[in-house]
Amino acid sequence: MTELREHIVTAFDRELEGIQAQIMKMGGLVEAAIMQAATSLETRDEELAEKVRAADAAIDALEESLNDEAARVIALRAPTATDLRVVLSVMRMTANLERIGDLAKNMAKRTTVLVQLQAIGGTSTALRRMAREVELMLKDALDAYIQRDEALALDVIERDRDVDQMYNTVFREFLTFMLEDPRNITACMHLHFIAKNIERMGDHVTSIAEQVVFLTSGQKPDEDRLKLDKTSTTLGPNDTADGA
Amino acid sequence: MYDAPHTERAVSQKDVKISANKVQVYYGDTHAIKDVDVQIEDKTVTAFIGPSGCGKSTFLRTLNRMNDTIDICRVEGDILIDGENIYDKRVDPVQLRAKVGMVFQKPNPFPKSIYDNIAYGPRIHGLARNKAELDDIVEKSLRRGAIWDEVKDRLDAPGTGLSGGQQQRLCIARAIATEPEVLLMDEPCSALDPIATAQVEELIDELRASYSVVIVTHSMQQAARVSQKTAFFHLGNLVEFGETGKIFTNPEDPRTESYITGRIG
Repeated sequence: MTELREHIVTAFDRELEGIQAQIMKMGGLVEAAIMQAATSLETRDEELAEKVRAADAAIDALEESLNDEAARVIALRAPTATDLRVVLSVMRMTANLERIGDLAKNMAKRTTVLVQLQAIGGTSTALRRMAREVELMLKDALDAYIQRDEALALDVIERDRDVDQMYNTVFREFLTFMLEDPRNITACMHLHFIAKNIERMGDHVTSIAEQVVFLTSGQKPDEDRLKLDKTSTTLGPNDTADGA
Repeated sequence: MYDAPHTERAVSQKDVKISANKVQVYYGDTHAIKDVDVQIEDKTVTAFIGPSGCGKSTFLRTLNRMNDTIDICRVEGDILIDGENIYDKRVDPVQLRAKVGMVFQKPNPFPKSIYDNIAYGPRIHGLARNKAELDDIVEKSLRRGAIWDEVKDRLDAPGTGLSGGQQQRLCIARAIATEPEVLLMDEPCSALDPIATAQVEELIDELRASYSVVIVTHSMQQAARVSQKTAFFHLGNLVEFGETGKIFTNPEDPRTESYITGRIG
């Protein structure tokens, strides 16, 4: 996209910049929530988990104020072309960020239960790595947004495959642990929900990256990327589900 | 496979009504319109937008040879309406202007009665054989101009006594009384209040069923509201021409983008 000049009405520029600064702030809070939730799980830190749960209110408040501001710009400035896409993408991105925040909060909630149960092998470390990957994807998606970097956004979309693959792996591990000893089932169910939460976060980050592509090109990216989450058709820990 | 378009903005391919090819307009040494090619469709509202002095009004005026009245103005290239070159020597500009009606920025009713404002054109073009036929044309035109109900009881009152919005709808009714095929509008709402503007815009949308309407407007929101096709002019060039929805959401040319988003063009 070519670099656009300032608006003749400079107040309009200030409003759009304000909205984008706020969404970066919201993104920062969500990134922190993901990492803190994953760390609290790995280190069995109940206090940190409580902190993540409490911090979600700030994310929700930002979502609300961003949506109000976006509606105000639409009503007062009647944005068109790139300006319109900035406002539309902000509204969609806030929804995605808010959902990621909720998923992180849910992770923290489950962590407070898990610390009372016996640890399941090294799975919490694997989940922390998975969360780290999603957090990096989110950071890059937000950087791509602020720099209007379509190539970086497409790269983020591509990387969601890795998250899907990591999810497949931990899914199989949980099945194995549960088969080994039924006493693992409670913990594994919670851990599995956490894994699914992280996998969903990856999908929301992908959706944010798609908004960046929409913003820069005016078009949604092609929907031809492979879906690598195969757990919905998996029968057992050794089933590769490739026959389907 | 494909869903129907959400709005009627997505127009299907229509017949070409006006075809302009390599049109140049000069005022003395000033090259006001440069190499403009455009195909204007029938039964479609086409909006011309662009900053002041970009040539949009000049180009609009070439479509019914209004520029003939300016001595230093020279037009080159072809403008075909229904395949006929309107700059051909055999074309009578008066007949042409009956076929290509025009509405101006400021409402300019004749200092005559409402009835005579409408009847003037049909009379000089001999469109009515008797008073009954003329009455019929007057009523039909005022109805199409969406002003009949407001003036039917005072057709003998002077046209200049109407409100601004009513005067403009009277002028539109006058323009369509000669059964034109194309209606040119040069900023028809810039002297009207928002309510009168909305009434004229509603009228333009209704007229689209019968005519090819070309509107010059400084209000981009108006262009977005009333037109199906938009042409963006800049410094005498036709920069971009396309479907209105596309122009206002994802224009191709950075100059169009700068202009419609309110940056310096």
